[in-house]
Amino acid sequence: MNTNFSDIAKQFDWEEITRSIYSKTSTDVEAALNNLTPTLEDFKALLSPAAENYLEEMAQKSQYLTKERFGNTIQMYIPFYLSNECQNICTYCGFSLDVKIPRKTLTDNEIIEEAKAIKKLGYDHVLLVTGEANKTVGVDYLKNAIRLIKPYFSQISIEVQPIETEEYQTLVEEGLHAVLVYQETYHKENYKIHHPKGKKSNYEYRLETPERLGKAGIHKMGLGILIGLEDWRTDSFFCAAHLNYLEKKFWQTRYSISFPRLRPHAGGTKLKSVITDKQLVQLICAYRIFNQELELSMSTRESENFRNNIIKLGITSISADSKTEPGGYNKPKEALEQFEIDDKRSTEEFANIIKQQGYEPVFKDWDKVLQ
Amino acid sequence: MEKLVIANKEFESRLFLGTGKFSSYDLMEKSILASASELVTVALKRVNLTEGENDTILSHLNHEHINLLPNTSGVRNAKEAVFAAELAREALETNWLKLEIHPDPKYLLPDPIETLKAAEELVKKGFIVLPYINADPVICKRLEDVGTAAVMPLGSPIGTNKGLETLAMLKIIIAQSNIPVVIDAGIGSPSHAAQAMEIGADAVLVNTAIAVSQNPVEMAEAFKLATIAGRMAYEAKLGKVNEKAEASSPLTQFLS
Repeated sequence: MNTNFSDIAKQFDWEEITRSIYSKTSTDVEAALNNLTPTLEDFKALLSPAAENYLEEMAQKSQYLTKERFGNTIQMYIPFYLSNECQNICTYCGFSLDVKIPRKTLTDNEIIEEAKAIKKLGYDHVLLVTGEANKTVGVDYLKNAIRLIKPYFSQISIEVQPIETEEYQTLVEEGLHAVLVYQETYHKENYKIHHPKGKKSNYEYRLETPERLGKAGIHKMGLGILIGLEDWRTDSFFCAAHLNYLEKKFWQTRYSISFPRLRPHAGGTKLKSVITDKQLVQLICAYRIFNQELELSMSTRESENFRNNIIKLGITSISADSKTEPGGYNKPKEALEQFEIDDKRSTEEFANIIKQQGYEPVFKDWDKVLQ
Repeated sequence: MEKLVIANKEFESRLFLGTGKFSSYDLMEKSILASASELVTVALKRVNLTEGENDTILSHLNHEHINLLPNTSGVRNAKEAVFAAELAREALETNWLKLEIHPDPKYLLPDPIETLKAAEELVKKGFIVLPYINADPVICKRLEDVGTAAVMPLGSPIGTNKGLETLAMLKIIIAQSNIPVVIDAGIGSPSHAAQAMEIGADAVLVNTAIAVSQNPVEMAEAFKLATIAGRMAYEAKLGKVNEKAEASSPLTQFLS
C-alpha cells in the first residue's frame, strides 16, 4: 500500500462532507447506534445535529464501551512545558511569534528542577511541550531533555513541532513513547489563513506527520483538531478518516484523540465554530462509539464541572494541576503561559473526584524497560 | 476434585485472575479473595519495580495463598519480552511468567512467531512460562515442545466477554496437550468458565468480566463456583450429546 493520507483526503470535498453530515436523519443515527462495527458514515450520523436528540443514549453506550475496554480506570498525565519560543504565527496561540510575551527555554538545571517538582505531584507520565524554534529547541534539545528527565518518569510523550522520520527514530531510541500532533484543521485553504507564517504554514508537511511517526515505530500517536477554527463536525470527520487510514497501515501503534477547544489567550481572535458543552459530549461519545479502542484525552482547559462529569462518558486519560508556562511547577510565572487553564484543582483533589466516581486514577501504566 | 498441577506446583483453585480494570485496589483485593484464586497476573508496567512489596498493587496482593504471575503486557517482540521478564524475575522474586506479546494494540492478539521465539529463550533461562496464545493447536504443540509449563489459548479477543468462540480449536488443543491448558481471554460469564472446565480445560483466567461488573466481589464468587461446578462435571464424566432420545430404562432388555 503506497498511498498516503493526502491522496485519500483529496477524495473528500469539504462542502460535500459538510452537507452530508448536516443532512443525516434520526434513522441514520439509530442505525449508527445499532451497528456493531460502525463505519465513517455512521460517525457522520453520530456527529450530526440529528444526533443531538440521542445524547443520553450515546452517553450510555459510550460509557459501556469504554468500561468494557479500559475498565474502571483513568490514566493521569501532566504537561511539562520546556519552552515558549516560537517562530510561527498562529492566529489563535499564546506562543505565536507576534505575541509580545517574555520568551523562555529551560536550561538543563531548570529541566531537572522542573522534573523533580512534577514528580513530587505524583506523576509518572509526562507530556513535553514546546513551540517551534528549531535553532534553540530542535531535535538535539529534545533528545537532551528526554535524557535528563528519563530517570524520573515511566512514560514520556511530546507535543512539539513536526520533525523527520529519522529524527523521531532518534527520540524513540532515547525513550520517547508518544507524539501528539494535531492537524488543527483539515480545511486546506483556511489552514493557511490560521497559520500565515513559519514552518507550520506548510499544510502538507503537517498532514504527513503521522505517516512519518508510523514509520519511526512510535508506540502511540495523538491526533486532533483545534475546535473553533473551522466547522468542528466536518473537521472531526476528516480526523476520523485519518485515524481509520492510520490504524490499518500502522497497526502496531496506539492512537489517541484530544479535544482542545479554543480559549481566551494573549493573541485573541474571534471563533468561527463554537462548540457547546453538549456538543463536545456528543463528539466524545461519537468517537467512542466509532472506535472502542481509541484513547480519549482531556486537558485542564475545561471547567471543573465539565471535567467531573466527563470522566464517566468515554475519556480515558486526563491531566490535572497543569501549568502552561516553562518552569511553571518549580517557579510559577503566569506572564509566560500558552493559555489560561480553567480547572486549577490540585492533583490530590482531582484524584479524589475520580475515585468518588468509582474509578481508579492510574499514574503508572508503562515502564522504562518496555522501551 | 483433582488438584491442578503446573510445573510441579499444586493449586486447589482452577480460576486465575487478572488485576486490571478494577475501580480501586481495595475492590481488586476483595474480589481476588472472594474468587479463592491462588494465581493472579499483574502487568509489569503497572508495578513500581523499585518499591517491591510497598508498591500499591503488590501490597494488595500480599496473601500467603496468592501467587504472582507477572505478565509482559506492552512488549512488542521477543527481545523486549525477554528483557522485561528478566526484570520482573529480579524485582518480584518469581520465575513464573505470563508471556504476552501483542504488538497489535487494537485487538491485543498475540504474535505467535515472537511468542514462540521468546518462550524458547525464556525456558532456557529457567523461567516457568505460561504463554498467552491464539487458539491454534499447532502453535500450542510447538510451545509445548520448547518447554512451556502450560498454554493459554484465547476463547475470544481479550476483554470482549464473548465466551468460547474458538471452541472447535480449543477442543483440539485440549485433546492433544500434554501440559495444562488455561483458557484465557474472552470469558465473559460464569457459564463460559463452566463450559471451559466441562470441555476439559485445566483452568481459566478471568479479568474484565469480574472487574467491570456492577458487583465484582459477588461476580468473583460466582466465577469460583462455576469453575468448581464445571470441573466436577468434567471429572464425573458428562453424558454424550445425542441427536435422538435415549431411554434411561431400555425397553428391549428382557430379550437378552
